[in-house]
Amino acid sequence: MLILECPYCGVKAEETELHAGGEAHLKRFGPGSTDGEFHDYLFMRENPRGVHFERWRHINGCGKWFHAARCTTTLEVFGTYSAQTFEPPQNIRDAITAKRPGWSWRDLK
Amino acid sequence: MSDPVSALNGASFSGIASVDESGLAGMITLRGDLASPKLQAAVTSATGATMPEPGKVALSVDGGLCWMSPDELLVLVHYAEVEAKLAEINAGLAGEHALAVNVSDARAVFQVSGDGAREVLGKLCPVDLSAQAFVPGQFRRTRMAQVAAAFWLDQDGSFHIVCFRSVADYMFCLLSTAAQSQSEVGVY
Ligand SMILES: [Zn+2]
Repeated sequence: MLILECPYCGVKAEETELHAGGEAHLKRFGPGSTDGEFHDYLFMRENPRGVHFERWRHINGCGKWFHAARCTTTLEVFGTYSAQTFEPPQNIRDAITAKRPGWSWRDLK
Repeated sequence: MSDPVSALNGASFSGIASVDESGLAGMITLRGDLASPKLQAAVTSATGATMPEPGKVALSVDGGLCWMSPDELLVLVHYAEVEAKLAEINAGLAGEHALAVNVSDARAVFQVSGDGAREVLGKLCPVDLSAQAFVPGQFRRTRMAQVAAAFWLDQDGSFHIVCFRSVADYMFCLLSTAAQSQSEVGVY
């Protein structure tokens, strides 16, 4: 069972109170982009065994979207953070580095 | 003249806890900047309650304020006064980026009281309801089995549950089943 703390209301929400929103920090490519960029935006996703960044929504609660960093192998949660950011904040990266030295995800290390 | 009635007309059940539909309740949902002094003044003067902290409810004799999210409050007032209170709040919010709506008839309210109250809710929601973790004055939005719900715990140990009126019957059956006599789990 996955428990994530909502960064907006502080509730430690169990998975059934949440709605999974897929991979975090996607950059949208729409009109004006190349076919290749649009293809990658639509279809190409990370599928890591280990550190992963995701979007979640506190649907049976405050209703807000937020981000979570967790390990897909162990379900260990490194932290949750605001949706209003393009990349994970330093404290989240530090928390991951403490537990998984040498981790990488897309171009993040 | 219309004669307003609550969803289940005051249905009740008694088992390891008492389940009662609370009847008509005035409720205003308010979205806005909760840090705004103008918004705070409008809702506190309309209800007589203080501003609630995150995850809490603040009650007064005539109403209350429930913290729903970082930008949302549920304002509790007497059913007969809801339109007047809404007008009062809207007047106080003039010029603010905020929205207040009367949702009284879109909600149902239940009260679960008695020794088994914590157990009844504990069977239905993924929330730690132990006496240490869930204390009077606390307010929680969650789900109860299949439906969205919110509840707070009173000083007298009874829970007040708010849900959509459209699922009032489901909620009553759910609470009554969880409160069947001899169904104590003995966790709390
Ligand atoms: Zn939340």
